[in-house]
Amino acid sequence: MSTTKLVPKAGAGQAAKGRIGDKVFSGAALTAGALIVAVLFAVALFLIVQALPTFGAAPADITGGEGFFSYIFPIVIGTLIAATIALLIATPIGVAVALFISHYAPRKLAKGLGYVVDLLAAIPSVVYGAWGASFLASSLKGPYAWLAENAGWIPIFAGPASGTGKTILTAGIVLAVMVLPIIASLTREIFLQAPMLHQEAALALGATRWEMIRMAVLPFARGGIISAVMLGLGRALGETMAVALVLSSGPLIASLIRSGNQTIAAEIALDFPEAFGLRMHELIAAGLVLFFITLLVNMVARWIINRHKEFSGAN
Amino acid sequence: MSKRIDVSDLNVYYGDFRAVEDVNITIEAKSVTAFIGPSGCGKSTFLRTLNRMHEVIPGARVEGKVLLDGDNLYADGVDPVTVRSQIGMVFQRPNPFPTMSIRDNVLAGVKLNSRRMPKSDAEALVEKSLRGANLWNEVKDRLEKPGSGLSGGQQQRLCIARAIAVSPEVILMDEPCSALDPISTLAIEDLINELKDEYTVVIVTHNMQQAARVSDKTAFFNIAGTGKPGKLIEFAETATIFNNPSQKSTEDYVSGRFG
Repeated sequence: MSTTKLVPKAGAGQAAKGRIGDKVFSGAALTAGALIVAVLFAVALFLIVQALPTFGAAPADITGGEGFFSYIFPIVIGTLIAATIALLIATPIGVAVALFISHYAPRKLAKGLGYVVDLLAAIPSVVYGAWGASFLASSLKGPYAWLAENAGWIPIFAGPASGTGKTILTAGIVLAVMVLPIIASLTREIFLQAPMLHQEAALALGATRWEMIRMAVLPFARGGIISAVMLGLGRALGETMAVALVLSSGPLIASLIRSGNQTIAAEIALDFPEAFGLRMHELIAAGLVLFFITLLVNMVARWIINRHKEFSGAN
Repeated sequence: MSKRIDVSDLNVYYGDFRAVEDVNITIEAKSVTAFIGPSGCGKSTFLRTLNRMHEVIPGARVEGKVLLDGDNLYADGVDPVTVRSQIGMVFQRPNPFPTMSIRDNVLAGVKLNSRRMPKSDAEALVEKSLRGANLWNEVKDRLEKPGSGLSGGQQQRLCIARAIAVSPEVILMDEPCSALDPISTLAIEDLINELKDEYTVVIVTHNMQQAARVSDKTAFFNIAGTGKPGKLIEFAETATIFNNPSQKSTEDYVSGRFG
């Protein structure tokens, strides 16, 4: 090894140093990676251990008196309703905003708009909650009354409309506003990375701008859009403060414009300070359920992204 | 199915910077015209003005006229989308759409503007275009596979098939072989020879042997120095440009004493 031509004499020390740096870095990266897994595992373990007493308890002792499933089912559905409303509103608007910034707006305007969108993402959720409770809810009273009168035959708009406007639909709209900047700024980054090569190919074939976006930008961004929506969904599912402030909660009902429904996160936040004994274990079990819902959603998203790997352009 | 191009007094700008100065040139129908010259001389920029792809770059603009059989591409009210559907383009790096199958790549341009066609017509067009690009025998059994799974040379021929599927008047090629190996290059050059029976072909190339092999006429572009605009120095029969050029700088360039 001493006479190898690849390592000049003067550089021998340097090469060894480089190897130490390499080892330190790979060790640090490994630690960071392992830490993530360890934290996730610890959280899951904590939730499971703390939730166990709930599953062993007599059904009559659980809130509602009919066992854990009857307790958790309505608030799981409430959580999903709020998150679904949020995504139904935020996804198309968010993607459209991102497309406008990345492909339609003049460059100066695009820059300004980008900052504004990022600023929206930085507003604390309690502010959104206060805005939703004090302003949005009361301004939606009129529209809700109109919906109840004219579209009341559809179960989700069944009357009588809430007198305060603090309904699951209002909560969903507030969540949509909160999720919107996440989806918009993430998808904008993805759209900006769409390869110029393929965009030019589409334009050179005589594509209009919208056709070019459909041919060369959206297919490329598909996985990124799904990821952005899932991140938004994560926030919508787990959002506590805004829902707690906006929603006047109650039992599970189909109508979106009446008081009622509750989400897991808001239920935990509102009841935890006064919970003790079994009630506390119950709430932690509710947290465990939320944890699994989020996990499931992410796995489904990953599955959707992988299904089209062959055509993703990664090869 | 092929038209001639007359360019008069064309100046091309990127913002305030004039990239190409005062080009006058006539490109004959059903012929191959090659643009040669050192890097940065504006030949690719000029090529992109011929199908209005130049203006895709923010701040880029053009002064002057480009006549396609007498119709000015830069006249008021002319839609660049229409121009591009008549003047196809093949790029330096093969760029089939990665999210589409080989078949869909060929049909990509045809399906634009929501044009519908019966399935049998589409199949016939796919076969005709791929045969036209000398690719049919290599891909006929895997038309459903993604276009990005082909080799570089095959991808470039797929791009040519995609360009000819829309029956353009002119095909522009921007260094189509610079990312390919010699055998794929030969395949593309053979193809260019066949294409000129039906189309007007304009090709930018850095490879002077290639220009000599494939083109009928050659245009030599040069640049006086960095920051100066590129100019068309000489345009003549390819044999004249390579054997008996009238300009000193052309002779220096083709004989390898420059650039």
